[in-house]
This record gives sequence, C-alpha cells and structure tokens, in this order.
Amino acid sequence: MQKIIVCLKRVVDYNVRIRVKPDGSGVVTEGLKMSINPFDEIALEEALRLREKGQAQEVVAITIGPEDAQQQLRTALAMGADRAILVQTSAELEPLAAARVLHQIVSREQPGLVLLGKQAIDDDCNQTGQMLAALWDRPQATFASKLELNGTVATVTREVDAGLEVIEVDLPAVVTSDLRLNEPRYVKLPDIMKAKRKIIEVLAIESLGVDITPVLRVTRYETPPVRSKGGMVKSVDELVSALRDRGLLV
Amino acid sequence: MSRILIIGEHDGRGLNQSTARCVACAAAIDPASIEIVILGSSTSGVASEAAALTGVTGVLTVTAAADSPALAAVLAPQIAALAGEYDYVLAPSTTFGKDLLPRVAALLGVPQLSDVMSVLGPRTFQRPIYAGNALVTIEVPAGVKVVATVRGASFKPVGNGAGAPIRPVEVSAPLPTHTRFIELRSGKTDRPDLQTARLVVSGGRGVGSAENFALLYKFAERISAAVGASRAAVDAGFVPNDMQVGQTGKIIAPELYMAFGISGAIQHLTGIKDAGTIVAVNKDGDAPIFEIADIGLVGDLFEIIPEIEKRLR
Repeated sequence: MQKIIVCLKRVVDYNVRIRVKPDGSGVVTEGLKMSINPFDEIALEEALRLREKGQAQEVVAITIGPEDAQQQLRTALAMGADRAILVQTSAELEPLAAARVLHQIVSREQPGLVLLGKQAIDDDCNQTGQMLAALWDRPQATFASKLELNGTVATVTREVDAGLEVIEVDLPAVVTSDLRLNEPRYVKLPDIMKAKRKIIEVLAIESLGVDITPVLRVTRYETPPVRSKGGMVKSVDELVSALRDRGLLV
Repeated sequence: MSRILIIGEHDGRGLNQSTARCVACAAAIDPASIEIVILGSSTSGVASEAAALTGVTGVLTVTAAADSPALAAVLAPQIAALAGEYDYVLAPSTTFGKDLLPRVAALLGVPQLSDVMSVLGPRTFQRPIYAGNALVTIEVPAGVKVVATVRGASFKPVGNGAGAPIRPVEVSAPLPTHTRFIELRSGKTDRPDLQTARLVVSGGRGVGSAENFALLYKFAERISAAVGASRAAVDAGFVPNDMQVGQTGKIIAPELYMAFGISGAIQHLTGIKDAGTIVAVNKDGDAPIFEIADIGLVGDLFEIIPEIEKRLR
C-alpha cells in the first residue's frame, strides 16, 4: 500500500504520577514530562515495521494539539516516520471531535491503513479509533495483538475478554493497538539529527471546518478514595485465620 | 420520563453477567423504562435470561445470521437505527462494549462516556481517568442522548424478577460485509470465570514460569477460585491474555483477591481496587502491592501456597 497514517496523542508521561488540583478544576500537568501515548507509540512501531517489510511506502504521523506537540512528532520522525502533520489547537478535544478532525485528514491523505493506540493513558476513553472508523465508513479492528497485511485485506488478532479473536477486514481500515502488538524501538541520536530535516506540516484546526466545541461538561476532578493499608501478618497460620475470620476461607 | 436501551452481551448460549450490572447502573438513573436489545443469529434463550432481570421492562430481539459472532461494524448501524427513541444507550465496559459503543456514538453524532462507575444524577456521572488516579464528574446537557459504557466492577448485578415481555423487532440498516469473523481462540477452562468469581488467585512475574503457574491452578481449584495474572506474567508468556487483571486487562471486584509474586504496578492496582479483601504474598517487603493489601505476608510463594493448602479443611 502507498500510505499508513498513525495518529498520536501527546500525554503526560507514563511514569509520572499525576495530581488533582486542590480546587478540583483539573489535573496538574504544568511542567510535567510529556510523551507520545504509549499505545500510539506501539501503533507507530507497527507501521514502521510494515514499511520496512515493503508492505507500505510511506508512514505519516498526525497529532492534534498545541505547538509543543511538535516535540512528540519529532520523536515520531526520529523513530522513522516519513513526515508529520500537526493540527494545531490549544483546546482539549472530545474523542468524537478528534475523530472528526482525523476523518478530514484521512479523506485528504487517502491512506491504506490507519493505526492508533486503543486508548490514551490520560482520559482512558478508548473511543477515537472506533469513531474514526464509523465516520470513514470503514472496518475497525480494535485491541490488535497481531496484524498481517495480505493484498487488499488485513488479518488481525484481537485481545478480547474471551481470549484471542481473529478477524479479517477489507482495506482501508482502522486498527487500534494493544500492548502486545510489538515493543517499540529506541530512538538513536543520529536519527534525532536526521529527523530535524523532515517536514512537519502545521494546520490550524479552524482551517478544517470541524466544530470542536465540547458537548459534555466536566464539572469536577477529585482524587479517588485510597484503600487504606491493612496489616502485615507474620505467618501462614495468621494469614489463614485472618481469612477465616472474614469468612473467606474454610 | 426517560427511556434506557442496554445492549445485551452474550455468546449465543448465555447472557454475560456484565448485562445485569448495566441494569443496576440503569436503575440508578431512575428511568421510565429499561429495555435490553439482544442481537444474534438465535436470540430466544438469551432474551429470556435478559427478560428475567429485575428492573427490566422489555427485551427487543434482532435476529439475523450476520449478527453472530458479534462484530462491531455489523451491530453498530442496527443499534444506531434502534437508538432514536431512547434517551440513554448503555453497554458494558467489556471488550465487546468498548469496541462497539464508540462506533454507535459516532453514527449517532453524540459523544460517549467511558467506564461510568457511579451515577450522581440522571445526567451526571463519575468516571476514572489516568488509570484511576483521578475521578471526573461529567454532566451530559439536556437534549443530548447519553451514550455510555458501564464499568461492571462498580455495580452489583441485579437478580431475577417477574419477567418482562420479549418483542422481536426488524431493523432496516445496511450491514457491511467488509469485516469477517475468522475464529476465537479461547483458553476456556473449568475454573470459575475471572470476571464474576467470588475468589481470585493471581500470579505475577514472581511465579517465574508457565509450569510454575500449575501451583496456582491447583490451589485455585482447591478453593474454587478463578485465576488471574499481572501484565508481566502475560507478557512473559506464562499465561494467556484473557487472564490479565489491570487497567488494560480485566477490572474485577471479587470478595477475595490473593496476589502471589505481583509487585503491584499502578495499572494492576486499578484492576483490583474494588475487591473486598486483598491479600499480597511477595518476597520483597517493599513491593507496592503491600501499600493497598488488607493482609500482607512477606515470603516465598512456593513455600506459602502449599502451607495454606495444608491448613484448609
């Protein structure tokens, strides 16, 4: 196929423990390390491997976000994406709005495959890929742990509650990656230098004519009640009798 | 008064318990009616199960060969066509619901709420973000259809009641043929189901190998428990993916969760927060799992499990 589009989201890094603002108006993100959403990084790695196997000619990375999201696109270019598109906005988009923006780009770029993570680790919504597939009127294969392209179809193994489900979809299609699809490569210094010469196209979100006004009202953020730490026991006897006291073991 | 439609999850043979949990969530909204739609190639048995659930006022069946096994791209246009007259469309936050409902929402042109864990008002809901490290309260404005997945571990399944009427419906929606089911590889065992079990025994990296998991299976069998695992154990190939407990695996709420050789990454803890009692056994006394365990024991799981078994009556 000619082209694979990979959609990336800039999120607070996986290793950072977030805090809720004391007034409940949001989550503190200022000054935190930002990264590519790990599931999206897996999606990008898969696209790069398909290109390296000769099954695609070009990998285009797309993000929707602030000017600073260029950092994550630079990382994607250093990993091996051929070019990148930033749809620039300082607004937070609901997944449906993000899917509508991506649909505009997909209609323009006409890829053979769209890859993205199954969910972003900030809002944990797990919606954008499915919504994009619906708007584009194309197949979706979510929670992918294996992806094989064969001419005009893709065979996808999906991690579902009952085990592993295999489906076949006609291309073009949207595939969302699960954790075990692959292990993304590390970026090497020379690649970072090379990536500086690659092109990031910046589009103002207004130019796409998509209404991005949020519909849902987020009224409050709070810290979840913490499970209090229980007690330590010193022996199996103590453990078993504690469980018997609670009526959990006989 | 509001009307709720719940998408019933089933495998053709039985109704998934996640549906009864959705009904509990729906009841908390205090609607005028709660209806369940069952789509499949043969729906009568599953529809009777759904009709028996307390609080359900009606069951719709859509019977079509293309609806089994369930594929999101095939089901979504049918549900979107049915959704018109309802104020709420709910589905379980299982891989079935998570795959399907966003596609429905996009066809309807409305946003979706994921993983509703609490109903604060008819249009106000709470859901987790950042792997459960924060909770948000979300209001759906009047006039906007509420489309939401329901986090099963947060709601107790409703029991059985008087029985509601079952009504077959015809849906005219073009069904795509671009998506085809090939096979389901299921690690089905005789053990209790992980998502509904009262007791769960779970293993992590510390178990060391697929062979060593036999110790956990044997113990689980002895106490009639389901067996789960951490992401590390699945990644290492000790057990299949359907045993993974955590943010990206299954979120469960058993009465007892016994974690053996699991260090307790935040993503794992997200999956067990609603458990009644958490027991942790780990060689490393500093393992984060001990921070949330109700009962902790530092030691070697290979010695401790046989010792527990010896003391069982």
